[in-house]
Amino acid sequence: MHDMSSASATQHHAPPQGFIRKHVFSLDHKVIGLQYYGLALVAVFIGMFLSWLMRIHLVWPNSPIPGLHLLSKVGAPNDIMTPEYYLSLLTMHGTLMVFFVLTNAPFAAFGNYFLPIQIGAEDMAFPRFNMMSFWTTFLAFVVLIAAFFIPDGPPISGWTAYAPLSAVGGDAGPGMAYGQTLWGISIAIFCIASLLGALNFIATTLDLRAKGMSLMRMPICTWAWFITSCIALLAFAVLLPACILLCLDRVAGTSFFIPSGLVISDHLQPHSGGSTLLWQHMFWFFGHPEVYIAILPAAGIVSHILVNSLRRPLLSHRVVIGCMMAIGFLSYIVWGHHMFLSGMNPFSAIAFSFPTLVITIPATILTLIWLGSIYGSRLRITSASLFALGFISMFVSGGVSGFFLAQPSIDIYLHATYFVVGHFHLVMGVAAIFGIFAGTYFWFPKMTGHMMNETLGKLHFWGTFIGAYCIFMPFHYLGLVGNVRRYAAFTDDYLVPLIPLHKFITFAALTTGAFQLIFLANLIYSRFKGPKAPVNPWECTSLEWTIPSPPPWNNFGDVHPVVYHDPYQYGIEGSTGDYVMQTSPEKIVTEHDEK
Amino acid sequence: MTRSKWIFNKSRVNRGLYQGTTSVVPIWTSYRQGFSSCGAQGETMASAFNEPLRIGQVVDVDREIARKTGGGGATPANPSGGKLRSLADPEGEPVRTGVWVGLATVGMMFAAFTSAAVVRKGSADDWHHIVLPSILYFNTLILVISSITLEIARRKVLVYAKGENPSQIIPLAWLGSTLALGLVFVVGQFVAWSQLKAQGVYLATSPTSSFFYVMTVVHAVHVAGGLGGLTRVILKTSGHVFTLRRSTLDGTAYYWHFMGALWIYLLVLLYVKF
Repeated sequence: MHDMSSASATQHHAPPQGFIRKHVFSLDHKVIGLQYYGLALVAVFIGMFLSWLMRIHLVWPNSPIPGLHLLSKVGAPNDIMTPEYYLSLLTMHGTLMVFFVLTNAPFAAFGNYFLPIQIGAEDMAFPRFNMMSFWTTFLAFVVLIAAFFIPDGPPISGWTAYAPLSAVGGDAGPGMAYGQTLWGISIAIFCIASLLGALNFIATTLDLRAKGMSLMRMPICTWAWFITSCIALLAFAVLLPACILLCLDRVAGTSFFIPSGLVISDHLQPHSGGSTLLWQHMFWFFGHPEVYIAILPAAGIVSHILVNSLRRPLLSHRVVIGCMMAIGFLSYIVWGHHMFLSGMNPFSAIAFSFPTLVITIPATILTLIWLGSIYGSRLRITSASLFALGFISMFVSGGVSGFFLAQPSIDIYLHATYFVVGHFHLVMGVAAIFGIFAGTYFWFPKMTGHMMNETLGKLHFWGTFIGAYCIFMPFHYLGLVGNVRRYAAFTDDYLVPLIPLHKFITFAALTTGAFQLIFLANLIYSRFKGPKAPVNPWECTSLEWTIPSPPPWNNFGDVHPVVYHDPYQYGIEGSTGDYVMQTSPEKIVTEHDEK
Repeated sequence: MTRSKWIFNKSRVNRGLYQGTTSVVPIWTSYRQGFSSCGAQGETMASAFNEPLRIGQVVDVDREIARKTGGGGATPANPSGGKLRSLADPEGEPVRTGVWVGLATVGMMFAAFTSAAVVRKGSADDWHHIVLPSILYFNTLILVISSITLEIARRKVLVYAKGENPSQIIPLAWLGSTLALGLVFVVGQFVAWSQLKAQGVYLATSPTSSFFYVMTVVHAVHVAGGLGGLTRVILKTSGHVFTLRRSTLDGTAYYWHFMGALWIYLLVLLYVKF
């Protein structure tokens, strides 16, 4: 049907041959999506395991954790974690979760798999770049994990790697000699991978849409991935230079971030004149958009699933997209709210506080649109829709505490306490993870050709939903009573009465973690033994549900799909039920016009 | 084959010309009709079908129309209407978009380096002025000339591709000289670095020199990427079969000009601030 030009940059590639081309160095966006998902799955379980170790150590600081010396002899002599090793685990937990889970799973994994299909394309615009971006990410992961296996262990500077401690080298403590360098290299590599990925997403969305697929006809999740890639394109382009400068400070003796006369561990550092704030500016210029890189794809996925479960369109398609764009734009001018107490000019704190509070407007509109659309609808309760509702819950709970932290005067008190930890875990961590779960339950049939077990899925939802609140709600209280973060043990007198609450949190964390094993079991069991998935199990209207489960290597076979309708034609009289597929040429009397 | 062709993908061209609306006309009907009526150059098209190599055809399409309707806007495109401005390569649109998006990233990176330099300069009074090696000005001239030769080369390739001038030598000569000038630039940068080294100005000598080396090296790495792109263009032009795509040529040219403009920006920055 169509001409295959070997010189084409938009590869209309031939069917892949051989194991390596099919499953390892695959150019197929679906395989790459699954690879990203697998990597995120490995990273999330490592990250969760680390959080278990930290929680256990926090409440029983003097009890040995059997086998811990296997992880690090120096970090855990006699199986008891040293305070520094606690910080190492904390750093690795944060880095793994933020970069390799929250960035990879909702954006790179689902985006890679479904963005081309939802716009009716055969593959990404640049399949080779796509393959490179996954394997570069994998390399970044390997470099990061290597920090566990070097003698001085992982760095202790947290996922934000604040200078000057992250810049001076071994004097700053265990893990800061080589572990921190590995961290810097890993993140720099990760930046390159993300930039390649974002470039690919943008070109694909703009240029490979099927006939009839106008921009406003794209499903909301496609929009979310597109907006996210625009954010990522500019955000990672700043983190990369920051990491380059950090690594140069560490290995080449430059002084970008290290001030004069700095004495650490009784050593006068041989650097002068650097600006410690510079690192914070560069890092948070990336770091705040990164929050939206994690949350926007999840919001898009959740919107897509909600509309499907509600069986009627959202109150406004356009406004949802507009809000996501507004959030994306505003995310670039609020980075300073992470630095209220960094010694910045206090007037700039106000300048950053204002747009931070403004961000809550599009976020609130989004939430109201979701809630208003749910109101009065006959919601189909599935694991996916439950997790979508859970996402909204977490998004609101975590978002409300953002109002407090956005105000410099209140942040002076709450800064670096568990309040902040609770805030970002709910709004960025748990909410995005709920989006990932919702996407997994929703798209698993399409990705593997098998249905997941709904009973286990619902059990998983309730365990995770209640568990997550049990873990992170008390964090807010802890923060309000002054419990500072990053302490390895609470032996100070005013913190001792809080230990029972910490014990409760630890039990909740272990239980919630155990519920994730149900998810893992469900995932693996269903992959092999689950009932066979039909083409369109959820009666969804978007393009991915018009092709077999799992899709063939070239998605739509030899035909180019043609799109006739806006994405969410639900709740109408269609020939197949209460919905009309985007590709169905039938005429709809009362078409939901998203324009 | 002496006559050269721009590669394109029939289906994609057609998609540009005929877009689906909410009409209930089966699209494949209109597809076929559309395609047969597309044979403005009937004879060359027939020959293309007979060719063993799956190389496309010269087709004039207004790229703008193709672009607007590729995503299916509201107005149907008129294949015969509009001014036919250029040889079309709708299939190559992602390449163009990709290059622009990539350049946005590169621009952002250097914006970050610039802001870092400004902040670092203000953070302490150890910003010592360095005298820029004068070879940098020579390098700038080389890079500017290379942009001019590339533009000439682009035109010559176009003429060659249209079959107006069958000689490969002319476009190759201009492309080759662009590549050579680019190489001279990179070598010139190495000379500049070694001259600074000879003065005792190393990476860690002062914040000025640190930023100087970081920015010029990162720029040179990107120029090296452009040299790779140029090499690819040359290989595709010089082969027995002309397989160069319009978008590859244009994308490489945009990238190259951007590197030139970026270098001029860097030079001004280094001259003023350093």
